[in-house]
Amino acid sequence: MSLLVEALRQAASLLVGGDGEIWGILWLSLRVSATATAIALALGIPFGALLALTRFPGRGLVVSAVNTGMGLPPVVVGLFISLLLWRSGLLGVWEILYTPTAIVIAQAVIATPIVTGITLAAVQNVPERFRLQLVALGASRLQMVWVVLREARLPMLAAVMAGFGGIISEIGASMMVGGNIKGQTRTLTTAMVLETGKGNFDVAIALAILLLVLIFLVNWALTAIQQRGASAR
Amino acid sequence: MTRRFAILALALLAVAVTPLHAQPPASRTMILSTTTSTQDSGLLDVLVPQFERKTGYSVKTISVGTGQALALAARGEADVTLAHAPALEKKYVDEGKMLNRRLVMYNDFAIIGPEADPAKIKGEKSAVAALTRIAEAKARFVSRGDKSGTHTLELNLWKQAGITPAAPWYIESGQGMGATLGIADDRQAYTITDRATLLAFAKRVGLKVMVEGDRPLLNIYSVMEVNPANGPRVNAAAGKAFADFMLSPETQQVIKTFGVDKYGQPLFVPIAGRKDEDF
Repeated sequence: MSLLVEALRQAASLLVGGDGEIWGILWLSLRVSATATAIALALGIPFGALLALTRFPGRGLVVSAVNTGMGLPPVVVGLFISLLLWRSGLLGVWEILYTPTAIVIAQAVIATPIVTGITLAAVQNVPERFRLQLVALGASRLQMVWVVLREARLPMLAAVMAGFGGIISEIGASMMVGGNIKGQTRTLTTAMVLETGKGNFDVAIALAILLLVLIFLVNWALTAIQQRGASAR
Repeated sequence: MTRRFAILALALLAVAVTPLHAQPPASRTMILSTTTSTQDSGLLDVLVPQFERKTGYSVKTISVGTGQALALAARGEADVTLAHAPALEKKYVDEGKMLNRRLVMYNDFAIIGPEADPAKIKGEKSAVAALTRIAEAKARFVSRGDKSGTHTLELNLWKQAGITPAAPWYIESGQGMGATLGIADDRQAYTITDRATLLAFAKRVGLKVMVEGDRPLLNIYSVMEVNPANGPRVNAAAGKAFADFMLSPETQQVIKTFGVDKYGQPLFVPIAGRKDEDF
């Protein structure tokens, strides 16, 4: 218990009195995961909507693959992205292994199926009669998709939360492709593992508290938008 | 509602387009593959910035188990390696994967265990004899089990003792030294640890030092350059610069005093210029 109290004090002093390293780590985590979420949204929303609104042979297989991807183990993604980005790998010429860019790529790979899957479910939940009605009213296919997406926007905020929440707290991929390099690719989660390994449990707990507060603040903002949207309907 | 979404999207975009970092040109970056224990001790946090200032190289330090550190280097995924598993290192040198292996420093290992000392090894001089007695007593022993330098050293000792340790008394943690100490403490088991990690955990681990000072318990660190033939983008010049830096008199002086302010004793003994046979 005293450890927890000590950790709370440590967290406060790290933020206020520290050398700024902690702010750098916090900012990097936020930046990397926000970028990856943005990429995942850009890819996952169109793909999820397409899957929800079209029928083609083998669609069941693709949907199953997306649902499997929602549970993609980060450490598996980390391993394969590492192989790809190694100097001897297919994309080795880019020389981006052990950079924040590499973490963004890995996290986007993890989050995209999550966003796709939730978008798929959200769009499918919009009644089909509504879609037919739109078409009957003279909407073009693109206009119809736009309106349906707007209709499904509240459940889709859950996609943002699930995607972001999944990758900001992820450790396996960040460790492997980022390398936990001080001042370059050290994120909240990898720093936590390092400090625990060093026996600095108070610092690790302080980092844990910061991570939880960060996730809470982001979800709080998103929930506020979601709930306000819900009551406005 | 739509406006709020637009604001959210813009905010996300604003964060997204912040340049992640300015990448220095490839030939000025260097990858150092090393072991978790050097990282955990904090020594590299002191030495690497000095090297960067002195040479202008930007260093990426990848801390993994010794096995992985050498395997990465053998594939050309690193430019220089700092490791502490002499037998394994010599194998890579013999295969021509690693070049110019030079001793840098040593620290020491200790066999620690519960105060009750069920295998009665306290004060034993020989590490091999102590392990033999632990096996005979079937007293619990926690192994790293992760192919790290520490694990390699432990396996060598078992081999010398002619014992194949096995469950249930032999527990493999598969984790770093810190986590392994925690498990050993919790299970009231024996284990082998490096001095730096033991000092760092002194407050939280109640296990006592049982055997120390035996020659096989010396933990010798070497620096090796990566053979440029291992891969397409090995920065051999940077690797050599780092190896030379580790052996320079100034760096050896820093190593000699490192840890005194925090633990009251140095964590490493610098040994530039010495040979394996000297030990």
